[in-house]
Amino acid sequence: MLARTTLLATATVFCGSVAFAETEITWWHAMGGQLGETVNQIAADFNASQDDVTITPIYKGSYEETLTAGIAAFRAGEQPNILQVFDAGAATVIAAQGATIPVADLLAENGGFDINDYIPGVRYFYADSDGKMIGMPFNSSTPIMYYNTQALEAAGVTAPKTWEEFQSVTAPALKEAGYEPLSQSHLPWIFTENFMSRHNLPFATNNNGYDGLDTQILVNNEAIRDHFTAAKSWIDDGLMGYYGSNWSDNAKPFEEGRTAMWLGSSGSFGGLMQKADFEFSATYLPYWEAVTTEPTQTFIGGASLFAMSGQSNEENAATAAFFNYLTSEEVQYMWHRETGYVPVTQAAYELAQTDGHYDRFPAAKIGVEQLSLASGDNTRGYRMGFYVQIRDVMNREYGRIFSGETSVEDAFNTIETEANELLSRFARTQGAG
Amino acid sequence: MKRAGFAQPWLPMLLLLPQLTIIVIFFYWPALEAVRSSFYLEDPFGFGSSFVGLENYQILLESREYRRVALFTLFFTLCVTFFSLAIALLLAVKADKVLRGATSYKTLLMWVYAIAPPVAGLMGAMLVNHSNGMITHLFGAAGYEFRNGLNYSDTAFTMILVAIWKQIPVNFIFFLSGLQSIPVSLREAAKIDNKSGTSRFWTITFPLLAPTGFFLLITNITYALFDTFGIIDVVIKGEPGNNPLTLVYKVYVDGFRGNDLGGSSAQSVVLMVLVLALTVFQFRLIEKRIHYT
Repeated sequence: MLARTTLLATATVFCGSVAFAETEITWWHAMGGQLGETVNQIAADFNASQDDVTITPIYKGSYEETLTAGIAAFRAGEQPNILQVFDAGAATVIAAQGATIPVADLLAENGGFDINDYIPGVRYFYADSDGKMIGMPFNSSTPIMYYNTQALEAAGVTAPKTWEEFQSVTAPALKEAGYEPLSQSHLPWIFTENFMSRHNLPFATNNNGYDGLDTQILVNNEAIRDHFTAAKSWIDDGLMGYYGSNWSDNAKPFEEGRTAMWLGSSGSFGGLMQKADFEFSATYLPYWEAVTTEPTQTFIGGASLFAMSGQSNEENAATAAFFNYLTSEEVQYMWHRETGYVPVTQAAYELAQTDGHYDRFPAAKIGVEQLSLASGDNTRGYRMGFYVQIRDVMNREYGRIFSGETSVEDAFNTIETEANELLSRFARTQGAG
Repeated sequence: MKRAGFAQPWLPMLLLLPQLTIIVIFFYWPALEAVRSSFYLEDPFGFGSSFVGLENYQILLESREYRRVALFTLFFTLCVTFFSLAIALLLAVKADKVLRGATSYKTLLMWVYAIAPPVAGLMGAMLVNHSNGMITHLFGAAGYEFRNGLNYSDTAFTMILVAIWKQIPVNFIFFLSGLQSIPVSLREAAKIDNKSGTSRFWTITFPLLAPTGFFLLITNITYALFDTFGIIDVVIKGEPGNNPLTLVYKVYVDGFRGNDLGGSSAQSVVLMVLVLALTVFQFRLIEKRIHYT
């Protein structure tokens, strides 16, 4: 058996070297665990589907680590062909115009590109101020509310549509039924960025930062301060659990069935299907009726793929070929089905519908639907430099609100001041301001 | 007395060259590079940088968060150094007196030394896990809700505990060999003069251990400042959040996570100055007053 395997391996290596025309490209990504396996599957399927290109996916750690590794490699001239960059890092990469090839240009030169093939919610988040797509939306998700069906039945309630309903009806009933009513996994993403888009509130000047570098954050408004005041009281009254700034620490109580509802990513769907041994479903992110009676869509989160510059034309063509494969409806549907990330193209969404995926798993549809809700002036996305640090400032101050070390008022003043300092600092690294 | 010397002046330089090359390439060059970039504001991708003078340092001095981190680092270093030295000394003194099974006893105490800092951090993180950590349960039984990663001081407690535990074996080995190098005749003479063990320890043994103790003091301070990175990273799960951080971790957060190279370089220069001061302090002030035999 061993001898046969070795022989096979040798044969593979030999064949590989014979096919000299093959272009090799690399893809650095941040998809661990179940997601990483699906990424490897896509790469293997692509390699098997044609003979011209071999793509090698390499896991580089967390989103932050992957971005840093990509930047360091670029400076050393050793960048991969494709780099996965998360939402918060997009501004850094898009601002560095010589570092990447806009995906719209790359695909236009290699087979054609039409932005209208993509679903509305994902079109412009990774685009420049003129609406040209720079990064290709890959694992696109949005925060939604998962709920434990049994828990809600036991408490005799349905999933809340508004925070008012949660506060006065849902949460007390769930607490009565012996559950911790709610937890959430990412305060900057769910309770800040998407809080703004769900209520159509401006998040930054310059059209949420898309139209210039001299941007000021608009995080310190009454609606969000009230929201955090409410959240603090929910924690104090046992209506919400907070387990720190780590994603999975907050997801765990829901997966274990102790917490009835959890605000997570639509991309968490695949993992939850495996981990949860109870029936669960999902609904839209709640909104405050006191703030708006016409709630809007949320931002996409997750990450996109950037084609790094400085590669040969053959390699760029190979990258384009992979992007074309990746956005084909079958691959998008497979990615959507396995992980829960939204399909980024209209065609893939339609395929999922006709295949009956949403009849089998109604919760899988929530993310796409939420991204397709009514849009507003402030729902396209945001573009802010040094945003990874701004998120760290938010996490720090939110943690201090919840532990009682600071007041909501002081925390938001601090976030506003420090974020604006970081933004002007970033503007200056780009030679502006 | 005749001074030994080289006939050719270039020979010693030639002999030193390999060592000097290594030092220059791997130590002086990066250090100078850090100093240089601390005066610049640079685009993460390296497309452009502008000279900003001392601005990066000025920002540090004015930053409330940096002060908070510096204060915590001071507290952390004091706690880790004091407790790991004190506990190791106690264990060494007791182990020195063990007659039966002394070797296995000592080996068991040294084992922890072989554990890598991140692994030690991981074990600490498991002990303080919210739902099933043993320390969490222990505090729970005492009526205190221990919340690692949420409560600033609880997280600090975990970090300090793991850092101390990890450092005890090193100190133990040094203290034990220090104790064993004290001549038996001296101990016996002391025994005749003074029958109180405690008093003999403080008047005879402790002063004789001073050179070892001093060496360990400096290495422990350096350990607490720099080598605890892996422990901290794992205990806070890579998320700075509202967690206590040390100065070295902050350099990493701003430079590698936040891509702010100038600000991060200024912080590492501050640390370099700190180490320099510590070294000068070691050689100039204390070494002179300690009696080595």
